[in-house]
Amino acid sequence: MSQSVLVLAIIAIAVVGFGLGRAKVVSKQERLHSLPRYYGTFVALCAGVPAFAVMLLWVLFAPIIMLQPIFDQITPDMIPEGGAASLIMADISRLSDGLITAQEAGLIDPAAIGAPVNLTVLGEMLGQAGVILGSEIQDSTLILALEMVERTQTSHTLLVVVTLATALIGLATGYMRVSPRFWARNMVERAYLGLLILAAGVAIFTTVGIVLSMLFETINFFGLHDWRDFFFGLNWAPSFQDDSELAILPLLWGTLYISIVALFVAVPIGLFAAIYLSEYASRSVRSFAKPLLEVLAGIPTIVYGLFALIVFGPFLKTWFGDGGFLGVNWMSDARSVATAGIVMGIMLIPFVSSLSDDIINAVPQALRDGSYGLGATQSETIKQVVLPAALPGIVGAILLAASRAIGETMIVVLGAGAIARFSANPLEALTTITTRIVSQLTGDGDFNSPETLVAFALGLTLFVITLGLNIIALMIVRKYREQYE
Amino acid sequence: MTDAVHKTSLFVQNDSTKRRNAAEKRFRLFGKAAITVGLLMLVVLTYTIVSKGTGAFQQTFITLQVELLESKLDKKGNRDIEEMKKVSTFGYAPLLKTAIETTVAAAGIETSLKSKDMAQILSDSAAAQLRDRVLADPLLIGQTVEFRLLTNSWIDGYLKGRVTRESIANNKNVSVEQLDLVDALVAQGIVEKSFNLSFITGSDASDKRPEAAGIGVAMIGSFAMMMVVLALSLPIGVAASIYLEEFAPKNWFTDVIEVNIANLAAVPSIVFGILGLAIFINTMHLPQSAPLVGGLVLTLMTLPTIIISTRAALKAVPPSIRSAALGLGASKMQSVFHHVLPLAAPGILTGTIIGLAQALGETAPLLLIGMIGYIATNMPETVSDALLAPNSVMPAQIYEWAKRADPAFYERAWGGIIILLVFLITMNTLAVILRRRFERRW
Repeated sequence: MSQSVLVLAIIAIAVVGFGLGRAKVVSKQERLHSLPRYYGTFVALCAGVPAFAVMLLWVLFAPIIMLQPIFDQITPDMIPEGGAASLIMADISRLSDGLITAQEAGLIDPAAIGAPVNLTVLGEMLGQAGVILGSEIQDSTLILALEMVERTQTSHTLLVVVTLATALIGLATGYMRVSPRFWARNMVERAYLGLLILAAGVAIFTTVGIVLSMLFETINFFGLHDWRDFFFGLNWAPSFQDDSELAILPLLWGTLYISIVALFVAVPIGLFAAIYLSEYASRSVRSFAKPLLEVLAGIPTIVYGLFALIVFGPFLKTWFGDGGFLGVNWMSDARSVATAGIVMGIMLIPFVSSLSDDIINAVPQALRDGSYGLGATQSETIKQVVLPAALPGIVGAILLAASRAIGETMIVVLGAGAIARFSANPLEALTTITTRIVSQLTGDGDFNSPETLVAFALGLTLFVITLGLNIIALMIVRKYREQYE
Repeated sequence: MTDAVHKTSLFVQNDSTKRRNAAEKRFRLFGKAAITVGLLMLVVLTYTIVSKGTGAFQQTFITLQVELLESKLDKKGNRDIEEMKKVSTFGYAPLLKTAIETTVAAAGIETSLKSKDMAQILSDSAAAQLRDRVLADPLLIGQTVEFRLLTNSWIDGYLKGRVTRESIANNKNVSVEQLDLVDALVAQGIVEKSFNLSFITGSDASDKRPEAAGIGVAMIGSFAMMMVVLALSLPIGVAASIYLEEFAPKNWFTDVIEVNIANLAAVPSIVFGILGLAIFINTMHLPQSAPLVGGLVLTLMTLPTIIISTRAALKAVPPSIRSAALGLGASKMQSVFHHVLPLAAPGILTGTIIGLAQALGETAPLLLIGMIGYIATNMPETVSDALLAPNSVMPAQIYEWAKRADPAFYERAWGGIIILLVFLITMNTLAVILRRRFERRW
């Protein structure tokens, strides 16, 4: 019985439960507390919800319990040069999937394989079943795959039995409880409320998941690598010998430098755009310029990345590079702090302008009128009355933009380069935390090496920095909002 | 008051007024300049995308009469597919050489090139094109069949103006004689540029064959992933918003949820990728690079967006609706599900579409769970394949092409962006139409 059939079976049981529960109260010919369908729904929920919960938990956690012992049996000598245990694991699961398919198709005769497994015979049978064994599959892998087949099948039988039993027991319990005086609607609504709360809880699970997943791997990392080098070292130089230097400071420098360049572009443009749109622009200008500016925020970052790499970087180079228009040779590569920073700044313009616009609009008109009454011009009013009143909100908006700049990935991956160093020249390449996370986790290194695990420590740092910025920004914005309400 | 004190009229500007008015003008100008810069950037981006990307939708093809010799392709002559499959693409290469030599000769073009160099203008995948066609229809063997084959990316670039005679001075892949030959073939209509459907429907190709690369498989990957995101994030997001907006008491638990949602909305997307890698792949052993896992990761990422807009939509439904329902004896749950939710539906849908559009353009978290561009080589055949088999998504495919540092691939990256943006614009337009058409002002 496959999982989809199992799901259908549970649904069928629940539907039967609905019919039974409804029929039971309707047949009694008494005054009912709730509408008949609520009795049916109650029984259906009793049958379906626990069964689905069991199934979901099983599907989520059974692989962990089931696969871990097999994963632990992978010995270092099974792993080929430059490979990873996870690749072997992938081989094993592919093989075991193939074995199960072949077995279901009747192409493998368990008796012919024999109790001490005859691997040659098995290989031939698999070949007939269309499961291709890679040349590098070793006997040990095959044995583990067979063990996995056995475990998968046991787990699956158990799943079917336990789930169906839960559904039937639930059906029986629900049916027994239903009677015309039973407050079915209230019970059903309570169950619905439970589901709603569960859905709202996903946000908490996600945060907990983020923190825990990164925390565990970060602890693993600090078990393999000196924490002092990570926090206080000055070099980023991963190597495949055991002498990697993995310090966050040069990456942090690159991240902050590029973010600051981005903010230098985004804040003046965004702020002036917001001021113009909210204070000067006519209705028609505003109604077409504001949505168009916001389009900039809706463009995927990969587009900005490509623009930085192919158009803007080379453009900068024609001015500052060797033989450029300015006659200086300051730029050796199209990828640089300025390339990534300025393009990122363009992306951030609408973040600054939209938020600031809302905040400037929230400043009461009375403040402006008072200022005009004293003879101030419009710009004087803005500079001396409106902006000071809106300042906390604008600072909040800028901090949110800064947090976005720090966490931005694709623009810096394509536009900033890959050199970790402390350089103050905006026309040189630097690298950032996000860039290194991508390159460390998409490379083919061993997952349990410090060079890979460092990505989790970097991710956690990034999470903490952006979280801090967001919290401060939200606090400032919230505090400000209370003033005029 | 005497004239000695007030020498000037209010209607004549003195220095201070002039200064202040100039400052006012300057300030206004800064504002206008800022808007202009912003809009100009939008124009520059659009122009770049269109001008660099449209080339990818055109491809250079050469029409050749290829004689499918039985002696090369099916030596025993029994048309057994299994035996014919043993003839690799190398077995087809000589046929192409002969074909191009005869075509050139028949067209009366004089060239000093040998047949090997003439065949070099064909794509590396031309032989595979031939082989696929023959294996699909073995009866063609022995006949002379007309084929429309891809030329290599240098020739394609030459016809599109990307490659010039000057720029290939030290290039081993293409020579000036070959370009002369191509010019002659173009004049005869044998080589021509035409619409390239396989860019939209095809799969990624290896580094050496930019001319054969397409974004179709990655598009299916994106689509499968979007379906997962929609199926999960809409019900969960709506349920969560209903709870928070309509039922939640003001207590610490609700506060914790609210703070969490606000923060998750601002967590960098790459962090969600790390979460997906650590939990879905390393702990739960879900398949790597699968659109299902990508969908799970992006669901978590889009949930805050959907929750925030759904709550706004629910909040916009006036309390009188709820009161009326409650007054007629509906329970709280009934008033929400029967009355408030249907009225908020357009707003919820709008928010969901915008959330999905955001997810469609996301790259970084998907790279971390292995949905890298070069994986998108096989068109999935079943629904479960589309969800579970390794695949990529459009933005990751574009990133992969951008990384290959070859102008021919850059052109494809921009072309991919056009397709991606067409999807995004469609989705956003749909959202705007929904809002205009169905949103009620109370």
